[in-house]
Amino acid sequence: MRITAHITTTASIAALIGCLGFMPGIASADEGADIAKGKELAFNRKKGNCLACHQIEGGSLAGNIGPPLIAMKARFPDYDKLRAQIYDARINNPNTIMIPFGPHAVMSDKEIDLVTKFIYTL
Amino acid sequence: MKKIATALSVMLVAATPFAAQATPDDDLKALRSYFLEKFPNVPENDYVNGVYAIDENSREQWEAFEEFPSYEIAIDHGETKFHKKFANGKSYVDCFPNYKKGIKQNYPYFDTDSGQVVTLESAINKCRTDNGEKKLKWKKGEITEIGAYLAYLSRGHKINVKVPNDAGAIAAYNRGKKFFWAKRGQLNMACADCHYYYAGGKIRANILSPAYGQVSGFPVYRNKWAGMGTLHRRYGGCNKQVRAKPFKAQSDVYKALEYYHTYMSNGLEVNGPSQRM
Ligand code: HEC
Ligand code: HEC
Repeated sequence: MRITAHITTTASIAALIGCLGFMPGIASADEGADIAKGKELAFNRKKGNCLACHQIEGGSLAGNIGPPLIAMKARFPDYDKLRAQIYDARINNPNTIMIPFGPHAVMSDKEIDLVTKFIYTL
Repeated sequence: MKKIATALSVMLVAATPFAAQATPDDDLKALRSYFLEKFPNVPENDYVNGVYAIDENSREQWEAFEEFPSYEIAIDHGETKFHKKFANGKSYVDCFPNYKKGIKQNYPYFDTDSGQVVTLESAINKCRTDNGEKKLKWKKGEITEIGAYLAYLSRGHKINVKVPNDAGAIAAYNRGKKFFWAKRGQLNMACADCHYYYAGGKIRANILSPAYGQVSGFPVYRNKWAGMGTLHRRYGGCNKQVRAKPFKAQSDVYKALEYYHTYMSNGLEVNGPSQRM
């Protein structure tokens, strides 16, 4: 779902926030905590371990197998597409080296949500 | 979670770059030209040095290690043990009469009589059991010392693995090939992902070595192991990294993998044993 310029009323923005489940920029305290948890999961070697392959701001000893994760909103205007990529990268590239985090239960749905929230802030 | 990991590790996803009728020789040609194109500045003979062939930074440190290599003592011990008599008065010399000329380059080979891939380690232990001695452990210790000595005497010989026109041999080769290209483990990665497609890339701080020439330095002294290890020890480690259940050293699966994997280095020189950081 894309956020387009002509959505102006607060009501419709509120509706959007509801359906995206997340809106950076006007993040509540809860959102802030979620993003912090997401970062922890993304950096944890037993969970996302995204740094094995991607450069991410704030992480050290990153690999270079995948593209640096920067400007995510520009590359993924659609939050759901970003989540789908993290959930199962094989949808976009069947032979990808990237781990199918969702289907192989490397992270739970909830954990993938948190990681996606964090990645979306980059 | 553990259950899932185990179940997934047996799940093999069909590999992509699989020309149905490719002969081993076609496979080798394709692999070779892929790497020579990918790393145009690496002299071909250098592939025997694994990751140090393609990474200048670690190469310097490695060369310093190689000046006083930790595997030297393994060669010495191997020499002594190789010539020591078994209880029945024979020794390894009787099993490997051509050892002085260098024999490692011919392993593994397919024995059409037994229908088995024969690795150097399996031949070492067969020599022992044929002579009434106990088997050695497969992955480290004495077997790597005998192996280091035999590899040392074979240095400079070109790897020369053969796949005879025999249904069993071709099947073993193809099993190994399939293993190399198939995704496995909870993390769903193939040997080829790391050592073909992304060779030269970095996973965390680890630079990935090319499959071409990857076997030539074994057995290796690895600082991380604080000791010597066989090729199958390394296979187990690489399987575990992707949360796949490792197979037993010298299992049929790893023997088949070694058969394919070593064929893919045919024409390069044996330079084992080597030092790894
Ligand atoms: C083993 C390597 C590896 C790991 C681990 C990995 N990725 Fe990836 N990722 C890749 C590769 C390679 C690509 C490029 C697309 C492809 O080949 O599928 C990619 C692509 C992506 C993309 C798309 C980027 C774009 O601009 O198109 C995103 C987003 C992403 N990864 C996020 C993550 C996150 C988040 C994690 C950790 C939870 C992660 N990746 C872990 C290898 C990896
Ligand atoms: C997640 C990535 C990854 C996968 C998958 C992987 N490896 Fe490795 N492998 C490594 C890393 C990292 C090293 C250490 C650096 C190097 O030498 O490449 C290594 C080292 C090796 C070495 C030692 C090379 C040397 O010169 O000492 C061999 C042999 C090897 N791998 C074979 C395999 C085989 C066979 C498979 C599949 C069963 C496999 N690897 C799967 C990452 C991987």
